[in-house]
Amino acid sequence: MDAILLQTLNGLDKGSAYALIALGLTLIFGTLGVVNFAHGALFMIGAFCAVTFSRLFSLSYETLDPTKKDFLGNPLKVKTPYLEGWFGPELGGTLIDWAVPLSIIFAIPVMIFIGFAMERGLIKHFYKRPHADQILVTFGLAIVLQEVVKYFFGANPIPTPAPMAFRGSADLGVLIGMDPNVVIYPVWRMVYFFFAAAIIGAVFSFLQFTTFGMVVRAGMADRETVGLLGINIDRRFTIMFGIAAAVAGLAGVMYTPINSPNYHMGMDFLVLSFVVVVVGGMGSLPGAVLAGFMLGILESFASMNAIKSLIPGIDQIIIYVIAIVILLTRPRGLMGRKGVMED
Amino acid sequence: MSNSNFTRRGVLKTGAIAGGSLAVPTIFTAGSASAFTNEPTGSSVTLGFNVPQTGPYAEEGADELRAYQLAVEHLNGEGDGGMLNTFSSKALKGNGILGKKVEYVTGDTQTKSDAARASAKSMIEKDGAIMITGGSSSGVAVAVQGLCQEAGVIFMAALTHSNDTTGKDKKANGFRHFFNAYMSGAALAPVLKNAYGAERRAYHLTADYTWGWTQQESVQAATEAMGWQTVNNVLTPLATTDFSSYIAPVLNSGADVLVLNHYGGNMVNSLTNAVQFGLRDKMVNGKQFEIVVPLYSELMAKGAGENIKGVYGSMNWNWQLGDEGTKAFVQSFGQKYGFPPSNAAQTSYAQTLLYADAVERAGSFNPCAVVEALEGFEFDGLGNGPTLYRAEDHQCFKDVLVMKGSDNPTSEYDTLEIVEVTPRAQVEYAPDHPMFAGGDLGTCNPGA
Repeated sequence: MDAILLQTLNGLDKGSAYALIALGLTLIFGTLGVVNFAHGALFMIGAFCAVTFSRLFSLSYETLDPTKKDFLGNPLKVKTPYLEGWFGPELGGTLIDWAVPLSIIFAIPVMIFIGFAMERGLIKHFYKRPHADQILVTFGLAIVLQEVVKYFFGANPIPTPAPMAFRGSADLGVLIGMDPNVVIYPVWRMVYFFFAAAIIGAVFSFLQFTTFGMVVRAGMADRETVGLLGINIDRRFTIMFGIAAAVAGLAGVMYTPINSPNYHMGMDFLVLSFVVVVVGGMGSLPGAVLAGFMLGILESFASMNAIKSLIPGIDQIIIYVIAIVILLTRPRGLMGRKGVMED
Repeated sequence: MSNSNFTRRGVLKTGAIAGGSLAVPTIFTAGSASAFTNEPTGSSVTLGFNVPQTGPYAEEGADELRAYQLAVEHLNGEGDGGMLNTFSSKALKGNGILGKKVEYVTGDTQTKSDAARASAKSMIEKDGAIMITGGSSSGVAVAVQGLCQEAGVIFMAALTHSNDTTGKDKKANGFRHFFNAYMSGAALAPVLKNAYGAERRAYHLTADYTWGWTQQESVQAATEAMGWQTVNNVLTPLATTDFSSYIAPVLNSGADVLVLNHYGGNMVNSLTNAVQFGLRDKMVNGKQFEIVVPLYSELMAKGAGENIKGVYGSMNWNWQLGDEGTKAFVQSFGQKYGFPPSNAAQTSYAQTLLYADAVERAGSFNPCAVVEALEGFEFDGLGNGPTLYRAEDHQCFKDVLVMKGSDNPTSEYDTLEIVEVTPRAQVEYAPDHPMFAGGDLGTCNPGA
């Protein structure tokens, strides 16, 4: 029972990241019809926004401590963050400690700008080209972006911890009447799940309850007709590209305390996220979210020792097996529109 | 009237032979006038440095490359000479190798076996490299070692820790200075027993490839020999980034020690995830839960940040050692690059010097003469204490370091502290030890 509960929590947590990335992918595919293989790179850039922001907060001045020696025998350079110098050790230290959540403020405009630049600078030239061209150019862009990040930040993972208040784990089992120390779960992973739920809710509300969202939905259903009504749908779709980039970026920002970011992390999520989109149904936003959580949970269960002993290696292939089954039995995906991928 | 000597059968035979000859890779035919592959004839000699310059181990590859470049400088008599001044063998004079100026070419392994073989092949065929060195993965090292054996050049392995490199996959043309998984287990086990007691239950998470398997087998054997039990060993795919679903079952498994047989990014992520799940704050069987990382590197320690505090592991070498060789190397490397060298850098530097020294002592670049000079060679002054290059398997035997994540690092460079220098005698094993069985060293191949 405890194992099932733990793996369900793990699945929800993994599914949160899958769902957020797949949501952005689906937004771009649904609005612009572009298969964006650079979306994983946007997730990675979001994570490095958090790294950059943390480094800015930790900018330090150096003083020499003659009582200590460095590895060459010279007086040791002691670093003191400017923030601690300006605001005192307590407030300055707290600001540095909270660098990851605070970097959201920094990441949103940066990601929207990157999204705009990508769409206007490159992707708009490929709207009328075949999907294969779009995949090639966006995949190439993803490689360029990750090499740029590697040039500035190196190939090694960079530790970016959560604030002290959210480190460690909580005993969830006790809350539901189980014995202590049976169902323990990391606090930041729970924060990530609720954050993902809030972002998903905000995107759906934006599309559902605003005039802008209504026009975008109308454009997704019939772009030409909306254009004939005199609405500049292209501009709105460009804005949606920026929003999709921001969603991927925020997913990356909040992911940094879970796993130390490295330049390759976007590629690790990219293929899985495409599988999520296909299983959920190309162009279906609820499908992307549902499939994200479903595949996250199934992937976690497939890693259980009992399951692995029955079917060795199942943890490595479960997501692809499900994708094959869905494509064979329901080509439009779980919640895809009738006719999509079925002709 | 002309009378042709050509027959249909004759033409077919000749064509088949000619076609077959053309199909044979030039690597096996190049320089057929020489006594051995890429025999240096001019005033210089070319070494091939095959390291990951892209991909997840690019940082380690960059540090290896820095060390190789430093070694070349010192061999050519530039700089302060580094460990040439402390090396017990005095054959090297700082005038290149056998009077020939040392030049080098580099290749990018990408930490992929096929890419590593392709870059090594290119350096041998096109650039005329007489020796190949490098690596940051055992899979890559084994692949390149096999290629060098076929091509008739020497392979001086750098970062490879799997037992197989000098076990079932050993080759006469290949030599390893770095320690191996068996040695890690043998060095760590007594320290773990002293720190955590003899009655422990260990749960292993193991990277699912050659290095992970031999690492796990070695640590399990060494810890069980001192009384520990092994609760479970779970193989994790190499591509895993989030280990939460593998960590969660550890919580209620009854284990009180988690052994992470992971390296690089895998290790950084699995350790981070294990700490997130509160394992290090947990009490099991009345004991504090502990985590062990059998193989450490400085870059991994840096990537794992605070999570590494108090966690035991092992290393081939560390810049904090106090011997004269280490001091000379750290001074030389630190002055040039501004930070201390990693243990990957030290093994790369040492391998380059050892090769050059062997050529000098042999008086020839012929791979078979180099093999003869290195086999059974005893030396000191390269940072690891008295060391033997064993003839039977071309494995170096020397002291091994047991390390621990530092509780109070003073800088980003001393995140690990030396707990014990395990003497060489404690990590030695017979050449026919079961963990190294199944291979055949064969005979040296000079190529040509």
